[in-house]
Amino acid sequence: MGIKILTEHINVPGIETLEVYRKHGGYRSVEKAIKTMTPDEVVEEVKTSGLRGRGGAGFPAGMKWSFLAKPEGVPRYLVCNADESEPGTFKDRVFMEKNPHALIEGMITSSYALGANTSYIYIRGELLFILRILEKAIAEAYAAGLLGKNILGSGYDLDLHVAPGGGAYICGEETALLESLEGKRGNPRNKPPFPAVKGLFASPTVVNNVETIASVPWIVNNTGAEYAKIGVGRSTGTKLISASGNINRPGVYEIELGVPVEEFIYSDEYCGGIWKGKQLKAVVPGGSSVPILPADLIMKTAAGEQRLMTYESLSDGGFVSGSMLGSGAFIVFDEDQCIVRNTWNYARFYHHESCGQCSPCREGTGWMERVLHRIEHGHGHQQDIDLLVSVAKQIEGNTICPLGDAAAWPVASAIRHFREEFEWHIKHPQEATAPGAVYRGQLAAATV
Amino acid sequence: MAETINAFQFSDKALAEIQRYISHYPEGRQKSALLPALHVAQAENNGWVSPEAMDAIAEILNIQPIEVYEVATFYTMFNLKPVGKHVLEVCRTGPCCLRGADQMIETFKQKLNIQEGETTADGMFTLKPVECLASCGTGPMLQVRETYYENLDSEEAVDQFIEMMRNKEVETPEWKK
Repeated sequence: MGIKILTEHINVPGIETLEVYRKHGGYRSVEKAIKTMTPDEVVEEVKTSGLRGRGGAGFPAGMKWSFLAKPEGVPRYLVCNADESEPGTFKDRVFMEKNPHALIEGMITSSYALGANTSYIYIRGELLFILRILEKAIAEAYAAGLLGKNILGSGYDLDLHVAPGGGAYICGEETALLESLEGKRGNPRNKPPFPAVKGLFASPTVVNNVETIASVPWIVNNTGAEYAKIGVGRSTGTKLISASGNINRPGVYEIELGVPVEEFIYSDEYCGGIWKGKQLKAVVPGGSSVPILPADLIMKTAAGEQRLMTYESLSDGGFVSGSMLGSGAFIVFDEDQCIVRNTWNYARFYHHESCGQCSPCREGTGWMERVLHRIEHGHGHQQDIDLLVSVAKQIEGNTICPLGDAAAWPVASAIRHFREEFEWHIKHPQEATAPGAVYRGQLAAATV
Repeated sequence: MAETINAFQFSDKALAEIQRYISHYPEGRQKSALLPALHVAQAENNGWVSPEAMDAIAEILNIQPIEVYEVATFYTMFNLKPVGKHVLEVCRTGPCCLRGADQMIETFKQKLNIQEGETTADGMFTLKPVECLASCGTGPMLQVRETYYENLDSEEAVDQFIEMMRNKEVETPEWKK
């Protein structure tokens, strides 16, 4: 059992109420920060902690904070990205549902550090039921003097609001999120200017993921140096992992960064092994956007070392033999799963979610979906595999926002590691489209 | 003489809810309340947003109607045509499929005798496929209004769900209570 920074009290009955939350040490970081620290000191602690953005990009949070422009007389905003939409990711939903005050505490302490007097939690529209939970908790915090004017008698003012989206994956991209928060279509903005200079309402803005913000109170209470001791190398602290797919124990797990992948899959503390006694075929370790890896490559790096649940270890080998930690959405495939079908499903998702602004993404995602659909349904051509690789390559890096890359990587990596399975679908359409048919040739070689 | 046809009237509670959202934003930024207003309109209008409701929103927010239309058509949660009493928003994305979402959706199609996007003849159910709802550990699953229904991984589970919903009234959102 590793240290629990985010989930220690998550199953305490009544933790969603201010009273119980405070009984378990809640809101200590607000008192400590506001009464004994300057905003810059809080920023320094977060920098020292090595905390990295937990939404997927993994950018150092303290550094992001230090980029915030601070012109005189212009308001600054902190916006929490609770638009959790990356397929496979459900950690923020579970976290907010069970322990709303933990996010609110993080918002207050972080807003103080950034000098924001109005902050927003932008939550995906499908989670209106969690918006209600957060609003109830926010009302309690106002009543207790933790929000509003002159917080805890310090002279610091903060208003905190929750804003719902309307159903659009793209709004998880920070500039699309800001557009949406302004009541517009979720079209990502060209950068520069970055939100740190010109964000919400054209004012300097920091956008952080739920888990990132919720990690700040522990850092303030225990110091950034203590946080940096947890984890491995530049992967400091703990991470919420959303485990799904063909495992015995799907759910959200808080791990110390550095747990071996093999332990995470097979230990009863985490996934509990592959369900129904099946064999492991593949893993998408960081949400649908990151490269899929076959069983042998997810366990070991190209150098033959044990792969760990860290930013560095999961990406070891680049895209040739590695993947990414991403949002920590760990999707497990057993031997009965068809990689072609899954790749088509993901391609359909990205086509559906492309905002349509950039031609390579708008047209390319549709192409990939249609070509994969025909392969999956027994109408593929031999040249389709190279066509997919070519389309993916032409989307990657050629769009305003990372949705293009996110659409290209799953397709390119599935072909890279499971090419035989695609070829089999094209060469043996009748066999491949039979109910429950799965290619098993490559599995024998790759299974651990 | 011009006559308003099918004019849409928000209830007082709905108007208060929209005003509450407007108050969250700086002066002159009332357009930010557009998505919340569309959610309110949908809850007020039997689960869909009519052109008249959009025009009413434009008036409240003091923006052009086109600004409402372009947003309502961008986001997938807003139904722009009439729907059944219960809209079953079934997750069809990869992680749920690993746990049987394809079969769940097939079962719904057979039991309700409709295709994806259609409404049953009695107006009770609309089957609406949606993308990942952040409930991958408890799939296959679906959403109706503000409630998740999870682990619908067998024919029996789907049967029970349909029976339960047949006798269920539409949820009242928090602000309407």
